[in-house]
Order: sequence, then structure tokens, then C-alpha cells
Amino acid sequence: MSIDIDTARKVAKLARIRVEEAALPKLAEQLSGILGFMEQLNEVDVTGIEPMVSVTPMRLARRADVVTDGNQQSAVLANAPDAREGFFAVPKVVE
Amino acid sequence: MSMGMTGSANTWTIAAARDALRKGEISAVDLTMSCLTAIDASDALNAFVHKTPELALDQARAADARIASGNAPDLCGIPLGIKDVFCTKGVPSQAASNILKGFVPEYESTVTAKLFGAGAVMLGKLNMDEFAMGSATESSCYGPAVNPWKVDDVLRTPGGSSGGSAAAVAADLCLGATGTDTGGSIRQPAAFTGTVGIKPTYGRVSRWGIVAYASSLDQAGPMGKSVRDLAIMLGAMAGHDAKDSTSADLAVPDFEAALTGDIRGKKIGIPAEYRIEGIPAEIDALWAQGREMLRDAGAEIVDISLPHAKYALPAYYVIAPAEASSNLARYDGVRYGHRAALAAGDGITDMYEKTRAEGFGPETQRRIMVGTYVLSAGFYDAYYNRARKVRALIKRDFEQAFAAGIDAILAPITPTSAFGLGEMDKASPVEVYLNDVFTVTANLAGLPGVAVPMGLDSKGLPMGLQLLGRPWDEAGLLNHAYVLERAAGFVAKPDKWW
Repeated sequence: MSIDIDTARKVAKLARIRVEEAALPKLAEQLSGILGFMEQLNEVDVTGIEPMVSVTPMRLARRADVVTDGNQQSAVLANAPDAREGFFAVPKVVE
Repeated sequence: MSMGMTGSANTWTIAAARDALRKGEISAVDLTMSCLTAIDASDALNAFVHKTPELALDQARAADARIASGNAPDLCGIPLGIKDVFCTKGVPSQAASNILKGFVPEYESTVTAKLFGAGAVMLGKLNMDEFAMGSATESSCYGPAVNPWKVDDVLRTPGGSSGGSAAAVAADLCLGATGTDTGGSIRQPAAFTGTVGIKPTYGRVSRWGIVAYASSLDQAGPMGKSVRDLAIMLGAMAGHDAKDSTSADLAVPDFEAALTGDIRGKKIGIPAEYRIEGIPAEIDALWAQGREMLRDAGAEIVDISLPHAKYALPAYYVIAPAEASSNLARYDGVRYGHRAALAAGDGITDMYEKTRAEGFGPETQRRIMVGTYVLSAGFYDAYYNRARKVRALIKRDFEQAFAAGIDAILAPITPTSAFGLGEMDKASPVEVYLNDVFTVTANLAGLPGVAVPMGLDSKGLPMGLQLLGRPWDEAGLLNHAYVLERAAGFVAKPDKWW
């Protein structure tokens, strides 16, 4: 599977990573190389095999649906690039 | 002084230091000072990227008080280095990424909390590949860590991603260190530096508070100077944690007590598929020596087949990036870490895209995008689901080997000894990924794996072998490693040039 420049642009967009137009050909080439390497997986007969969902056969632990933590507003916001009035602040989202 | 305790205290093993501390032959403060002095003279190695001497001395003083009161745990007063991927309260923790620049956790990872609870002393944070993605510590935002093993003019990699941990242990900057292993990131750096390291069974050690790379593969473990030290550290790191839903609710055995040195009658599997084309004769010869050593110790050597092992690397490089693309979606410039400066009129999508382009290094960006692609509509079945099916087959191969009575599997760790810094710059991503060919299988199958130094190659660089064990049998695995360690008798140390 070869990745063309349009696909590379789309993947970058989906990943929310800004890639300049000039950098797209190299990115497409590298992604193609990596995906080409993955093509080996097509040699394997996986008929009737379920995709692994958990490395250890175990049921994920459940806990009671109760509040166990909280009242830590200042700790939660302490690392925010922009926090105001007890909230995370971001550029305008709604026009 | 106890047997073998020559040299300054920073060169001691954890076991030797523990015994000396308990006998009052040294204080935790003096032991810690010995390491801090070594660290201050080690900037050329770029192993410690955030130093915490004040915290270390506070912890050492508390440890001395605890030791004086009696009944101190094994790790009480033992100075350790902590990989930058572990969140440590009040100490920068950025997984060697610029996107976490300035991030100072408000909480403590379960592993470091357990180590500190046992009285361990933190000397600082250790260099690594960005988000643990790499085999050379060259993708670090701090610049590469340097291998203390230097045999010519070339500066070599200590491996990766736990390269700072391996370099720090090999250079005697600390007595032990924490690492994490998603595709070989404890075992490969241990092999490149002549140190030991164990990746425990998936679920043995809590992942809570460790910056996530690929959650179904990530597992933390100790790195050190001896198998006994690994047993001591792992005992303190392991255990059930309600905050990690994949953490196993199993009792933690006394790993050190399991080091009997008796492996008579055990069956050691030698996987045919690990004899890959182009493997250097020296690695092959080392592997043969390892087999002889275990046979001489009374184990039975059995040829086994892991037919799907050759597909482990491509399966890994689908699954790990897929999980990374999901995990790293959290770095959006909103809640923590870096946010790009925005131009007038930039909206929130511009903020995400610019922040992530500036904050993530090239390899991290590549893996996120590969993961995004293999998870995207139309390709999910062809790549991601197929890789997960192949993973199930890889795991089944191991299960069949263990069901046939195999106790542990002996294999090489790396295709070469440590390579030069920058040597891989011109290589394609796939050529770089080939470094992981022997190590990723254990992560895909969730198995414990331990790296043991075996000797020096013709260049004078360390080489090691790995043993893979049954799930949850770290105790038995460490005992096998202990036998191999004693038989190999690797005592060489790098000449101090830094």
C-alpha cells in the first residue's frame, strides 16, 4: 500500500499535527515504507483467529460507581498553559 | 567492610549497600553523597536530565532515621535513578518530550510511591527516547544519552528507550534505576551497557502515573548491576494497584529468596526462528555459550519452534503506533505541557495542530500518524485487526512451548553490540525498527524477560542474552538469570573517560 501526498496530508490532519506542504513528500515516502513493512502480515493465515483484546485473560476490574476523589481544582489546573477563573482557557470555539 | 566492597559506595550493588547500611558501616546520606558526586562529574553522559540532590538528601536522612529504628525495608536508603517517564510529584516529568516541557506532576506514580515507601532515595530523572519510542535515546528532547562504554573515538548509544537508566547504572551514578519496556526498552539498553534488567509479566507492575506509550505493551521494571538487585527492586515495585485496571491481583513472591542457583532438570527452549539471517557470528557464538552454561548447570536444552515470531516486528509496529496515536491524543495544549503561540484569528484546531507539530519530535509524529492511518476507516481491519490476530498467534506459540514443559527460553537480545550515536541517522525508520526484532515478542505475548550480560565482543563492547519466562514466573526466571550471571561471570566495567 503506497501512501500518496494527499493521503499523507489527510493523515496529518486526522492526527492534528501541522505538516507543511514541502514536508509532505518525505512523510508520504516514510509512511509508505513503514506500511510496506507491515504487508508481511498478509502472509499469515489468520482464519478463525480472534483479535487479541487482552494480553492476560482477565475480566477488567470493576469498582463501585462512587466518588473517590475530588476538590482538587488548583491541582488540576496547576499545569494548564492558560487557566482562568477555575477553567481551562482555549481560543474561541463557537463563532 | 563486607566482602567485595571495595571502591566508592556508588559502585556497590544494592544488596551490598543494604547489608552495609544495616550494619551501620555507611549512612544513607554518605551513600547518596557518593552518587551525587558521581552524577555531578557525569554530564558528558547526559544520563541524568533533572537532578534532585536536595530531595535525595532529605530522603536519605529520613532513611537513616528509619534504619536506626530497625526493621527498615531492603531498599531503605538505596539511591536510585528514575526514568523521566515516571510522574514524580513536584519534579519535572516530561518523558523526554518538549510537549511536556514545564510539566510538574501533582501526583506520584504508583511505582515511585512504592519505591519511596520502601525508603528508596531518588537522585533525579533519567534520559530516554521521547515517549519511550526508540532504541538509541537519540529521540530525546534533552539530546542523546551516551554509553559509558567507549573503546575508540566513537561515542556510542546506551540503547533505548531506557538509555539514561542503563548509562547511569553502568557508570555507577546510582545503584539501580527504573525502566520501562514496550518493545525491548529495558533489555536492549541493558545489553548495550553490560547491565541487567527485567521486564516483568504484563500486569505485574502498575502502569499508573507512567506516561503511556502503548498501553497493552508497556511494563515497568528494574535495571541494575546484578540479578539479586533486580529481585530486590522488583519486589518493591510489583503488586496490585486498583488505579491500573490491568494490574494483576496476585501475591508478590519473595524474588530474592527464589535465587537458589538450582535449575537442575529445568527445560530451556531455544527458538529456531531467532536464528535470523545476517546475525553476527559473535552473537551466535554467545548464544551457544549461554546454552552450554545452562546445560552445565543441569538444565535440559530443547529446540523449540515459535513459528509466528518472524511476524512479531511488523505486528508490533502496527499495534504500538495505533495505541500511541490514541494515548498521545491527550497532548492538545489545553490541560498541561506546551501550547504553541497562536496567530491572530487562529482557532482551536490551529492550536492543536501547531502545538503538536512543535511539541512532538519527528519519530513521535511518525508513529502517531502511522497509528492514525492503521486505525482510520477502511484500514482498521486490514492492519490493526490483522495485527491483533497475528499477536494472538504469537502468544499461542509461546503457550504451546510452555505447555510442552519449557521453563524458560534463551535468545539473543540485539542483532549487534552498541552502535555509534548518529550512525542510524541515514537509515530508514524500518531499518531502525529492526533493532527490536528479538525483543518485541515478549511484549506482544506479555511475558517476563530478563537481560543478562555475558561478555565483551571483539571491539570490547558488552553483549548480553535474554531469558523469557512463563507468565507470572519472574521468580523462576530470575533464578535462571542468576545461574547464567554466575556462569558468565561478567565483571568488566567501562573505563572512566567522562
